[in-house]
Amino acid sequence: MSEQSKPKRTGSKRAAAPARLRVKKTYKLYVGGKFPRSESGRSYAVTGPDGAELANAALASRKDARDAVAAARKAQRPWAGQTAYLRGQILYRAAEMLEGRAGQFAEELAEATGAEPHAALGTVEAAVDRLVHYAGWTDKVASVLGGANPVAGPYFNHTKPEPLGVVAVVAPQDDPLLGLVEAVAPVVATGNTAVVVASEDRPLPAMSFAEVLATSDLPGGVVNLLSGKVAEIAPHLASHADVNGVDLGGVGDEALAAELEAAAAGTLKVVRRPGAGGSSLDRVRRWVEYKTVWHPAGMAAGVGGGY
Amino acid sequence: MGSILSGAEAVAFARSLPGVDAVGLEARAAGLGTRSIKKESKAHAIDLAIGMIDLTTLEGADTPGKVRTLCAKAVRPDGDAPPVAAVCVYPAMAATAAEALKGSGVKVASVATGFPAGQVPLDVRLADTEAAVAAGADEVDMVVNRGAFLAGDLERVFDEIRAVKAACGEARLKVILETGELVTYDNVRRASHLAMHAGADFIKTSTGKVGVNATLPVTLLMMQAVRDFRAATGVQVGVKPAGGIRTTKDAIKYLVCVNEVLGEDWLSPHWFRFGASSLLNDLLMQRQKLTTGHYSGPDYVTVD
Repeated sequence: MSEQSKPKRTGSKRAAAPARLRVKKTYKLYVGGKFPRSESGRSYAVTGPDGAELANAALASRKDARDAVAAARKAQRPWAGQTAYLRGQILYRAAEMLEGRAGQFAEELAEATGAEPHAALGTVEAAVDRLVHYAGWTDKVASVLGGANPVAGPYFNHTKPEPLGVVAVVAPQDDPLLGLVEAVAPVVATGNTAVVVASEDRPLPAMSFAEVLATSDLPGGVVNLLSGKVAEIAPHLASHADVNGVDLGGVGDEALAAELEAAAAGTLKVVRRPGAGGSSLDRVRRWVEYKTVWHPAGMAAGVGGGY
Repeated sequence: MGSILSGAEAVAFARSLPGVDAVGLEARAAGLGTRSIKKESKAHAIDLAIGMIDLTTLEGADTPGKVRTLCAKAVRPDGDAPPVAAVCVYPAMAATAAEALKGSGVKVASVATGFPAGQVPLDVRLADTEAAVAAGADEVDMVVNRGAFLAGDLERVFDEIRAVKAACGEARLKVILETGELVTYDNVRRASHLAMHAGADFIKTSTGKVGVNATLPVTLLMMQAVRDFRAATGVQVGVKPAGGIRTTKDAIKYLVCVNEVLGEDWLSPHWFRFGASSLLNDLLMQRQKLTTGHYSGPDYVTVD
């Protein structure tokens, strides 16, 4: 700049250096382990409870939802094929990553929800603990929900819980981080993959949580996060024939929830209704189905089993 | 047979062809690939594409049972979807396919001539062809001698195609150029004209057995060759991209190319084919999407 354009500069006093411009994050979607913008090119302004604009988030379209389902389907079989132990390790790793960035998440959560900083930090810590909790479930589910069944015949009969497949999750609206973790962890712990629609008005903590997942050795596509309008995306997920379960926990509108449940029935999906409570085991149990196997006991006896 | 050229003349002609503007060709193909196809046209395109498929299984593990299953799917892919054009198998399976497809209108195509490499003596390749036709193949997919082509012995390539054409009798002959092994666009153009002058009824891009299979630019180039050939000789030749076409979106891009480069004369299963296997399921899922209004999934089509 020339001297003439700065008429206010006086004497020998040096002008103060301009304040550093903050590098702001572009919040994007998380699909197939990558961070793409919406296929539609759209975005929307996200504001805090006081109306101040926080950032722009990608406004996902039905095609983004379709791509996310395709990514989740592709990732599902390998993820379910991993050992339960490894799935637990990866969820635990996610907890570690979240713990390390607790300060940042507390700040983001406080901005998003207007919570006191201390309370926000408490929520982040609860989310970390929740991840550790579900990490523990991965290798216990089979023994708790499955088992050997007594049958009246020369058979060894046993039942084993297996993942449903792809589960679409509408994450809770008012609890953008802890609610999301609480909804997603039980889905992926048992070997399902998830397509998650983040809180519509408070998507930023969820989209930052994607960075935690991306650095936890979680294979791409196991969790896919979309930000956008629930009413726009959820109907396509609920009716999508390649989705096996739907968690409607974050659908506030009762009419929409009923509509989504009806659409889900068209392809026999497992549905979790808004407000459904229960223990963590109940949450895990919802996203499994059971396989019962009959082994002729002669074979088992032959190798030393006594059935 | 519209060609009046001898082998030496055809080779001289192929050698005299101008080089291909690779940048222009790829830009043209990319441009045609961005057309937005609206719902009604898409429904029409999907059914047309289904009808153009050579439903293919070319595995060492092919069994008569697997071929019969594929034939059943070829005749009635899904609900009211049209049947595919042909089932493409190895010569050993041609009789099984012919039996399963009898009276259905779906053609039997058999690869031959030592597919996929073609690196066997000519008499073996001719015997392979005759066996496929005797087993009931309506169409024969031969591979060109890439070794001879790349060594510069174009006349030998020409003569061999001629000989295979003679061995085919009534069967239509598709000549696989294996563009992934021809390396340059110029070679593809030369090989296309050479094959057409030698009597090919179809020119086909690939075997599906090498790293690079059908691409839009290379297929576009072959379409241009086919168009020029008809303009020069009056003989219409078909085009068949094969290998690597898996999605409805890809298939529609090819159809757009056919329409823009060759026109409606070629928009029929008699003149344009897709060599594919998994493409059919994607087309069927898209078709279900248009019918039901919601996205379909692989649970709702067959596992092949």
